[in-house]
Amino acid sequence: MSAPLLQVDDLRVHFRVDDGLLKAVDGVSYELGQGETLGIVGESGSGKTVSSLAVIGLLERPPAEIPSGRIIFGDEDLLTYSENRMSDVRGRRISMIFQEPMTSLNPVMAIGLQISEVVRRHLGMSKRQARERTLELLNLVGIPEPSKRIDEYPHQLSGGMRQRVMIALALACEPMILIADEPTTALDVTIQAQILELMASLQEKLGTSILLITHDLAVIAETAHRVAVMYAGRIVEKAPVKEIFQNPRHPYTQGLLRSIPRIDREREKRLTEIPGFVPSLADLPSGCAFVDRCPQAIDRCRRDTPMIEAIGEGHQVSCWRAEDG
Amino acid sequence: MNDAANTDLSADAPVSPAAPTVRYESQLRRVTRRFLRHKLAVFGGIGVILLIASALFADLLSPHDPIFIDTSLRFLFPMDNPSYPLGTDEIGRDTLSRLLHGGRISLVVGVVAMIATVVTGAVIGLTAGYYGGWIDNLIMRFVDTMLCFPQVFLLLVVAAFVTPTLISISLIIGLTSWMEVSRIVRAEILHLKEQDFIQAAHALGASGARIMFKELLPNTMAPILVAATLKVATAVLMESYISYLGYGIQPPLASWGNMLTNAQSYFDTVPFLAVLPGVMITFTVLSFNFLGDGLRDALDPRLKMDQ
Repeated sequence: MSAPLLQVDDLRVHFRVDDGLLKAVDGVSYELGQGETLGIVGESGSGKTVSSLAVIGLLERPPAEIPSGRIIFGDEDLLTYSENRMSDVRGRRISMIFQEPMTSLNPVMAIGLQISEVVRRHLGMSKRQARERTLELLNLVGIPEPSKRIDEYPHQLSGGMRQRVMIALALACEPMILIADEPTTALDVTIQAQILELMASLQEKLGTSILLITHDLAVIAETAHRVAVMYAGRIVEKAPVKEIFQNPRHPYTQGLLRSIPRIDREREKRLTEIPGFVPSLADLPSGCAFVDRCPQAIDRCRRDTPMIEAIGEGHQVSCWRAEDG
Repeated sequence: MNDAANTDLSADAPVSPAAPTVRYESQLRRVTRRFLRHKLAVFGGIGVILLIASALFADLLSPHDPIFIDTSLRFLFPMDNPSYPLGTDEIGRDTLSRLLHGGRISLVVGVVAMIATVVTGAVIGLTAGYYGGWIDNLIMRFVDTMLCFPQVFLLLVVAAFVTPTLISISLIIGLTSWMEVSRIVRAEILHLKEQDFIQAAHALGASGARIMFKELLPNTMAPILVAATLKVATAVLMESYISYLGYGIQPPLASWGNMLTNAQSYFDTVPFLAVLPGVMITFTVLSFNFLGDGLRDALDPRLKMDQ
């Protein structure tokens, strides 16, 4: 892989709360190449959203703190940017779409105006140019009759349509990176497929890199090129998408994959779940965070925290027993 | 990358089969239609139009000069004399003419004071709510302090230093009654700024000022409108308070407030002198309140009452 477009290096995000320090993101590193989709999977609270909010500079500090880490984008560390400089990056070079299309649009502003505002802000277009660009974008994301829809309000559109508008908003200035935080979770399955297809085809046309955050492995399988699995604020396994599904090495990834129903497996076999619960971030076990739920845990897992290490071509795992198979 | 963006994808982009064919209707028509369905709002709207018209054309509609004194015609009852349809007051001035001209003054005071109140209150509430933290604390403690004093005292303190003119009275009323509006706006902002679309606006690179005035403020329009109409009503009342205490509209100019004040000495013998301006104040207050209510329902695109 050539030099990555975005490189997140040992990122830590802590939240100072009444009863101590929550390490929501605890030393996460990954890189995102040009035109690539990196899927970040994990349960709620595993730090996947927080780490991406750090990338786009939307963490409120305080309560959040970033004690260490670098986010290298175009030879510069985004963490050193001032708020003003960062707001020039947001929407222009790095954009984000959110989980809830129902509430992510301003309810009292026509959708066309919302899109026009963004291109006028970043690209300095005139009102008329912006309107033309908006029509073009609505067309691009597959909104039927854009010239009518452009003056409609969010409540007049369906959820799928709204997510298309959100995508149009995010891609309005042709950003280099699109962060998609559970973009399809709130949608029907059929609409989900359409939105994912749309994102993939737009990625192909525009060469955008996508950081896809989800807890849905099906979405990952369909869209991502590489996958990072997060657990309790750390990346436990990182690999190309095929490798993750065919040769998962971390017990947590293996557990996740076993817990999805599969059409090619015998019906009688029960789905296996991962025993126990996600530990509270305020009360992590020493050593490996997964130790209490891990079927393969050994003494060492309780003592030392495993480092993430390469075990194959582009495949990294943080587990003491990864070598044992 | 740029060329690619211009490529039309619509041909192969999937079109949602669920997309309903919506009858297209302009925003103005939809608002009008919703407004007209609200009976009290229509009543309020007509009331306000009548009040504005009567204030505008007070000179044409008045049968007499409102400050002309004719001591031979004191305390005429309504309809006693056909040229004085609503009678005369204690020094023989025509009540109808005075009501019409008084209405002009009351409306100007009401509207100017309302604008001052809403603009001040909205900007202060928006600032406090958006920035939060110590700025919010400082501003809201100041608001609390202002609210500690009865408004009439505040009015009198300021009025003692300012020459009473129509505009100065309006501004004084406005600048001593913005606190409720700022509280309402702040509360709305605190709730709104946590919404996804505000974070989305941040994520798209919107500046603080843009988020405040283009994303947040329009979303508080409904409560601001309702507060504004209420403020017109209270400003009309406030004007009568300070007129009563001698700091307001100065005689011989008529305002509903000072007419009411003059009438109180004769309330037991000629009650209509007090009842007529009282009825006008009530009518004005109700009309503006109903109008505000109707506007809120009609303008808010989130309320779907179409079906």
